[in-house]
Amino acid sequence: MTAMDVRERDPYRIHGGHGHALGGPAPIRIVVGYGFWIFLLSDIVMFSAFFAAYAVLAGKTAGGPSGAELFNLRNVAIETAALLLSSFTCGLAGLAVTARRSSWFYVAMTVTFVLGASFILLELREFVHMVASGAGPTRSAFLSAFFTLVGCHGLHVTAGLLWLLTMMAQIFAKGFRDDILRRFMCFSLFWHALDIIWVALFTVVYLLGASR
Amino acid sequence: MLGKLSWDVIPFDQPLPMIASAVVALTILGVLAWVFLAGHFPYLWREWITSVDHKRIGVMYTLLALLMLLRGFSDAVMMRSQQALAFQAPGYLPPDHFNQVFSAHGTIMIFFGAMPFVIGLMNLVVPLQLGVRDVAFPTLNSVSLWLTATGALLVNISLVIGEFARTGWLPYPPLSETAYSPGVGVDYYLWAVQIAGVGTLLTGINFVTTILKMRAPGMSYLRMSMFCWTSLAASLLIVAAFPILTATLAMLTLDRYFGFHFFTNEAGGNMLMFVNLIWAWGHPEVYILVLPAFGIFSEVISTFSSKPLFGYRSMVAATLFICIVSFMVWLHHFFTMGAGADVNAAFGIATSIIAVGTGVKIYNWMFTMYGGRIRFATPMLWSLGFMVTFVIGGMTGVLLAVPPADFLLHNSLFLVAHFHNVIIGGVLFGAFAGYTYWFPKAFGFRLHEGWGKLAFWLTLIGFYATFVPLYAVGLLGMTRRMQHFDVPAWYPWVLVAGAGMIITTAGVVAQIIQLVVSIRQRAALRDSTGDPWDGRSLEWATPSPPPVFNFAALPHVEGEEPYWSIKQRAREQNRLRDEPEYEPIEMPRNSPTGFICAFFATVMGFALIWHIWWMVALGALGAFATFVVFAWRDKPEYVISAAEVARIDRANRSARREALATYTGPRP
Repeated sequence: MTAMDVRERDPYRIHGGHGHALGGPAPIRIVVGYGFWIFLLSDIVMFSAFFAAYAVLAGKTAGGPSGAELFNLRNVAIETAALLLSSFTCGLAGLAVTARRSSWFYVAMTVTFVLGASFILLELREFVHMVASGAGPTRSAFLSAFFTLVGCHGLHVTAGLLWLLTMMAQIFAKGFRDDILRRFMCFSLFWHALDIIWVALFTVVYLLGASR
Repeated sequence: MLGKLSWDVIPFDQPLPMIASAVVALTILGVLAWVFLAGHFPYLWREWITSVDHKRIGVMYTLLALLMLLRGFSDAVMMRSQQALAFQAPGYLPPDHFNQVFSAHGTIMIFFGAMPFVIGLMNLVVPLQLGVRDVAFPTLNSVSLWLTATGALLVNISLVIGEFARTGWLPYPPLSETAYSPGVGVDYYLWAVQIAGVGTLLTGINFVTTILKMRAPGMSYLRMSMFCWTSLAASLLIVAAFPILTATLAMLTLDRYFGFHFFTNEAGGNMLMFVNLIWAWGHPEVYILVLPAFGIFSEVISTFSSKPLFGYRSMVAATLFICIVSFMVWLHHFFTMGAGADVNAAFGIATSIIAVGTGVKIYNWMFTMYGGRIRFATPMLWSLGFMVTFVIGGMTGVLLAVPPADFLLHNSLFLVAHFHNVIIGGVLFGAFAGYTYWFPKAFGFRLHEGWGKLAFWLTLIGFYATFVPLYAVGLLGMTRRMQHFDVPAWYPWVLVAGAGMIITTAGVVAQIIQLVVSIRQRAALRDSTGDPWDGRSLEWATPSPPPVFNFAALPHVEGEEPYWSIKQRAREQNRLRDEPEYEPIEMPRNSPTGFICAFFATVMGFALIWHIWWMVALGALGAFATFVVFAWRDKPEYVISAAEVARIDRANRSARREALATYTGPRP
């Protein structure tokens, strides 16, 4: 069986993908997606270091306010809803791309942007409120860890919003070209990964924090 | 406007750093002036600086590593000579300067000497051994290189503008917090390592993807050469460990810049959390460095013993075993933390167990040599020197893994001797073996054997003369990082170590002369066949230096040691394989993205160190703009015509045919 045959019969090489490398290097779409997954894993490792630091310092309030006194679960619930919904609309944008429907793509991406931006605004409002009430990151080790962990996720979402706008501009300027589609695939992986991290964050920081 | 920057930060009153930096600055300016005046700049820009070719990126990484090894070595010379002169005397380096020297030595040697050397060799060789044309993400590869160079540049800028950290190569808090290190030294460390660390992380992602997803047809996992396996293990470790470094340094940065309380003494901070986190990265880092070196030794020992590697599968298993267990031993760097007997015992046992993996490898290398026709070329000498030296280093390591013994030896020169024993004897010897082994592949001519052998013997003897006394004086109770000392019993040992340094220096000089002599005699040292050592893996199937596309047609791999089987069949049938059907090849275009990104990263890093906030914003904006411009490109690739491919491959084939016709060795 030549490399050509394998590629035609099994374009994504599901069968040759277990280390046999029958057909030689994987198609570029697989390579890009795989590489981006590895990047996401490394990002999750970075978050896990921040999570670990938070776990160590969560009780070190140094006489300052604790999570139970600070967290407003209603606010966080709205943030969560906005972010999870934005992943749904991001998925819709993916469907629009598959169907090559550019107008639906722009609509879905705009809604994703609005939801993501509302998430960031709500988070910022929470931060500003905390700092104004004397519970800023310099108050205690607990608050340092809190602002860093949550803020790092917020920075990721902000970077994602910037990427989202760039992505829309790219589809507008270049159309549904192969390399642009690969980039969109990476963007949506990134956006969904931020959700996964948020779920962990929501649980470990807010739910557990509000209960003690 | 310029943050903390002013004329006062340049140490005009200290002659030593001023002279050193003047020499460095004049050398750099001289080289730049020569490049521009002689009209070499367009060539350098076109063919090297913007290159996304993995081989050229590998060469540039290695060059950076060699330069930084020299810089780190000069720090080492200063430390050993200071201590030799500082018995009941102040010596010539004031404490403030001495502390910067040992911090810079460790930082430079690990991050900008050893890492780029190992990554450079990975870049040069791994795609060739996998039988493919490039890494998974060629432009990202160039970004990695230049970000690493940015880090190296920032560390060296600290020589002239401001100061470097006085905290050791790992800036333990609370010493590294603003309260005790108010200057910019620690900030230089943080941003240099942070930026270079991002580059390394991208390299790790790139190589994991390359090795797992881009292999020649038929190159299954258990047909990959050992160096690919160890590179894969090291890349996996990079992906899993470097993000921890990023996070840890970010936390210290927040403490220093915004008054956070991660590691401070007050408000609930926990300074030992820094020590735990940094070693959760730091111990895997040791294996990130040494695993690829193990791969190099496997290649070299097998080639120069003219035998397949003994116990290939057990070697793979041992590599992956080390890869995993390396994450379970970090606490042995600070048994004295006081975690209690049970925790210390668990980590002590894990540390002893990890030595088993290395032991398996040592035996495999010995059995590879057993019964082989061994050729004692320079790369083989480095490998033999490694096997003896590393076993000694490993045994002192197992000794240190016993917590009660460690309580006595912690932070003594015994420890210093131990880790130099494994890093010089393991990583550096490996890097030099790889350097002499693959040099002809990169440049088309071999390195001079005589000077190479002299360099090896001088380095080996110099190493033992320097570090065996340090073991002894460590057992006598001398701690590390002493600017001066008053104990007469230590003095003779310190003097012998100083003398050892002179021998090592001679080894370094011999290595430099080797390079110069080899370049001058390159016609005589020419490697016309592409296979100067009678190699066994696919990189030797290409001409030296390989064309930009590496392989005219991707090789079909049918077993272990793919090139050896191709060569044996040719020797058996006394003819080469049939000429393949040549097809046009698409290759990625060169791109200045990496260089421009690194330029903005340098601007941003420098501005962050000196609190010049508008410049930080400018750098960030520039970096984003660079990415957008890169993302907007329409033609990422260019095509090499089938005729051109055929012309290059036919030249290679005729060289091979000639080598086959004049072959006189044993035939299968």
